[in-house]
Amino acid sequence: MTMPNRLNGGLIDRSKVMNFTFDGRRYTGFSGDTLASALLANDVRLMGRSFKYHRPRGVMTAGSEEPNALVELRDGARKEPNTRATTAELFDGLTAQSQNRWPSLKWDMMAVNDRFSNFLSAGFYYKTFMWPAPFWEKVYEPIIRKAAGLGSLAHDPDPDCYDKGFLHCDILIIGAGPAGLAAALTAGQSGAQVILADEDYVLGGRLNSESFALGDDRGADWAARTVARLQDMPNVRVMPRSTVIGAFDHGIYGVVERVSDHLAVPAPGKPRQILWRVYSKRAILAAGATERPIVFENNDRPGVMLASAMRAYANRWAVTASHKVAVFTNNDDGHRTAQDLMVKGIKPVVIDTRSDAPDSNGYEVLAGATVRDTQGRLGLTSVSVALADGSERQLDVGALGVSGGWNPNVHLTCHQRGRPEWREDISAFVPGGHLPDGMIPAGAAQGVLSTHGALQAGRVAAETALGDLSIQVSTTPLPQAEDAPVNITPFWHVQGAKRAWVDQQNDVTAKDVKLAHQENFVSVEHLKRYTTLGMATDQGKTSNMPGLAIMAEVAGKSIPQVGTTMFRPPYTPTAMGVLAGRSRDHDFRPVRKTPSHVWAEEQGATFVEVGNWLRAQWFPRPGETHWRQSVDREVLQTRKSVGVCDVTTLGKIDVQGTDAAAFLNMIYANGFAKLAVGKTRYGLMLREDGIAMDDGTAARLAEDHFVVTTTTANAVPVYRHMEFVRQCLVPDMDVQLISTTEAWAQFAVAGPNARNLLRKVVDAEFDISNQGFPFMACGEITVCGGLRARLFRISFSGELAYEIAVPTRYGDAMIRKLMEAGQEFDVVAYGTEALGVMRIEKGHAAGNELNGTTTALNLGMGRMVSKKKDSIGSTLSERPGLNETDALKLVGFKPVNADDPVPAGAHLMTKGAPVDAAHDQGYVTSACYSPNLGCHIGIGYLKSGDMRLGETVRLVSPLTGIDHEVEVVSAHFVDPEGDRLRA
Amino acid sequence: MHDLTAITPLGGQTPVVETIGPITLTEVTDRALASVTARQGRLTEAAQVLETVLGAALPDTQRCIDQPLGAFWAAPDQWMIEAPISSHEDLAHQLMAAANGTFSVTEQTDAWCRFDLAGDGLADLFERLCPAPVRAFQGGEAVRSTIDHLGCFVICRTPTRISVLGPRSSAGSLHHALITAMRSVY
Repeated sequence: MTMPNRLNGGLIDRSKVMNFTFDGRRYTGFSGDTLASALLANDVRLMGRSFKYHRPRGVMTAGSEEPNALVELRDGARKEPNTRATTAELFDGLTAQSQNRWPSLKWDMMAVNDRFSNFLSAGFYYKTFMWPAPFWEKVYEPIIRKAAGLGSLAHDPDPDCYDKGFLHCDILIIGAGPAGLAAALTAGQSGAQVILADEDYVLGGRLNSESFALGDDRGADWAARTVARLQDMPNVRVMPRSTVIGAFDHGIYGVVERVSDHLAVPAPGKPRQILWRVYSKRAILAAGATERPIVFENNDRPGVMLASAMRAYANRWAVTASHKVAVFTNNDDGHRTAQDLMVKGIKPVVIDTRSDAPDSNGYEVLAGATVRDTQGRLGLTSVSVALADGSERQLDVGALGVSGGWNPNVHLTCHQRGRPEWREDISAFVPGGHLPDGMIPAGAAQGVLSTHGALQAGRVAAETALGDLSIQVSTTPLPQAEDAPVNITPFWHVQGAKRAWVDQQNDVTAKDVKLAHQENFVSVEHLKRYTTLGMATDQGKTSNMPGLAIMAEVAGKSIPQVGTTMFRPPYTPTAMGVLAGRSRDHDFRPVRKTPSHVWAEEQGATFVEVGNWLRAQWFPRPGETHWRQSVDREVLQTRKSVGVCDVTTLGKIDVQGTDAAAFLNMIYANGFAKLAVGKTRYGLMLREDGIAMDDGTAARLAEDHFVVTTTTANAVPVYRHMEFVRQCLVPDMDVQLISTTEAWAQFAVAGPNARNLLRKVVDAEFDISNQGFPFMACGEITVCGGLRARLFRISFSGELAYEIAVPTRYGDAMIRKLMEAGQEFDVVAYGTEALGVMRIEKGHAAGNELNGTTTALNLGMGRMVSKKKDSIGSTLSERPGLNETDALKLVGFKPVNADDPVPAGAHLMTKGAPVDAAHDQGYVTSACYSPNLGCHIGIGYLKSGDMRLGETVRLVSPLTGIDHEVEVVSAHFVDPEGDRLRA
Repeated sequence: MHDLTAITPLGGQTPVVETIGPITLTEVTDRALASVTARQGRLTEAAQVLETVLGAALPDTQRCIDQPLGAFWAAPDQWMIEAPISSHEDLAHQLMAAANGTFSVTEQTDAWCRFDLAGDGLADLFERLCPAPVRAFQGGEAVRSTIDHLGCFVICRTPTRISVLGPRSSAGSLHHALITAMRSVY
């Protein structure tokens, strides 16, 4: 258990040893380590290969901005590719593999790409793989995809579950560094409802990575004590491991809480992660700042990292990447790293670009010097330094810290298209423009880069938020802290470098940025897309600024003139699983079950999804081996005697009020004002543009009370439409609407024996004879000795038919009662297939015919659009384009050869005419095998169809190879006169 | 008296009761429901009539009352009235008889399934279920919200007892969502 690079101190628990493997090799670390810190402790600097050139890479950062150290974490179905080793919390038994290499991390065949880098510059594939065109999809792209890339997926379903949740607060504080903690203390102490969220598992932000004191405490100790205080406040919710991924409208933020990522396996039933939607009145953005690198030749070797990360590894994790270290800086912060390493017993050399670099006692400072190049195949071994006097010096080091200044983390301030502003004194963009409503940046995120400044800014931000919310401020003392000014001389890249990496994750070099400019991709958004700068999973957190600076230089502009690209959510890579939450597999969406579902299951019914509904499709009987046998039997038996079908799924909308009839007159194209109480009428609704919207019936139960039925699929859209009309178009009408679809179990009872069957359940005092209850009658009745019910004499099948409705909880009992009472008539239950066959045989339109392109005229219902009144869609249905003389008309089709199929979707062509779109005559919308006619039949739209009855046309389906003749017939194949339904 | 037997929204003969951690979920099937909606321009009269029927004033927006009959706000000028099925099986017709043209009534008893969740820590559970600000509830709140894609009423009877009313046909899905969240939290 040797960890050669482990130092003293740190926020790790050395009593808890963690075993883990990387690329199959066993290592140990301590509780509190990240995978990255534990690997560094074990002298492992090489952690991955780059995206394009497969160059060896190690950690660059100590946080979520990491571009390089991406690994496949865990194995089996839980394997997660592209996980940042810098944020992966070490747990006992952790396994990780390097990615994007073959056969091994040290010997990667694809590293040959690096030799061909001259050919693989920005945009190379746009230029190279131009010809022949078909090769792109079939040859080039697959090869490129295989060669480039990151980790691989497990290819197994994610075994973990994810929750979604909703939180409310007065103030959301994003980030628990000095500014966030000061804000939380102030707001919490004042009694506001506070949520403090931080992506780290130890709160405190940079306080945990620095060595300086807050008052009499170490920074990390003050942070821990403050967090403990906040956790004791009932009005403060402290959320570690929680990343605010996006700022959305109205103070809503998305937060991903990693509940179980630090465990080998989540506890049973517990989520791996939770996606919280936080409703905040104010949000304080205390997201801190990210150090940026300087770009120089071969600046990507394992061992080269941000100076602040080097300091964080030393102070927080007690780790150094090497015992021989140099620091390359353009500002005073780099010296802080050198000082902290000195304390840990490492004597660094500081290469400072500034000729007036501060002196030091204890470590060597090379003022006015730059790093010209680095060496080391799989890890840094030395750096070549160009000294101020023009000479060169070689430094044998295994680690190089780089500090190019700090960028405030403005990302969330820009999620609603706000643009940051440039601040010359710190050479960085700070929040500016239009911030998301209620957002207050504070501390380093705001450009206040000293600890003292951050604490004060946090307090001020909280006071501002509290003031906005009229909450009395209760001030709390804050400790004294360092208040060093920012002392920086901008220095972005070392001139003359050829292989100097700007975006290390996407392998974009300084040369690529210059090439983009040379090829006229001068807009920053074009630069991004042409070079892929900032488009990797780290979204360019460490690369955007150097890229902009180089672009500005070659374009002869200032950095603010070049501007930034758009920042978009999520702030850090987010698992797809947490976006899906529990809505996956069987729980993808809710299921709706009919009142007879339990009974239908007992009958062995086959179910079909209709929207969210599960409906019985058919009811197989013993001996039936093919679905058509069941369906044919159900159809034939219904037409012969009686059948029962659950039609609860049809939408039912209760319409009441003194203007109910006038309202329906407005909604429906045909007239409803004069419909008598106790009668039902078929109605056709048009959209505003005159296209048919839905059809159904409306039953008048009282002068001021109707029940409107809709098709199953349109139940919600029709209700929404009616509410829109009620609330927005006719707000003065006295109309009340409410859905009652679920309140009533409704069954169609159809067939010549329908009345005989119903007589056995309808209470005797209700006359349901043909005279007493004629076709299209409706009424409230009682059944089975007093249960209130509704009866409608309507028919979708074309038979003598009723629909009977009882309160839903009795639906199960009702179907059992109907089936039992119907035994003497050999009653059958029929499903949606038989329902469909019978309505096609009868020529009734359904969803296939009301397909969003058809009009009343097409449906053969042109005359139903009453011109004696105004109704929605009536005027626009008169448009000439909808009323051409050869308009499509709904007709029926029978095959000339009785054995030929009539598939829905097939097109109709005039005999002898060419088969092409220009000569298209129409199409079949619905088709089935008709057991009554003994052949396939179809209904559909044919140009001037009503004038072409008897004509033979070609039915063509090039996709399925169908081309045969069908006869144009009336759509009403069965009982065209309607004698049966009036019987 | 008719001879038909009712089943519960979950399809059983008796209501489901389950306890997970400190929370007990109960499928509630003994309450009749009817919507009442004031006719155009007759809200004041409707409210007076309903106050007589309810024995209490209609609840305010997003509020509910529980005694002697229950009522909760459902939409502008619309309330749901709750009553024991044993005494008000035909609640809708009973209300219609009193309406006198001031409001419309629609039977809603079987349009909804209802699960009552009782116990301590309901806010911890509901923050995994819906956007309603349950942690701030003190009893008497009634909001329309969404649970697992289902439009639901969330009615806080007391801080330790919350009713969820969802579409009856999706009772199984709603029950699954509630139980899953209970297991996730506790």
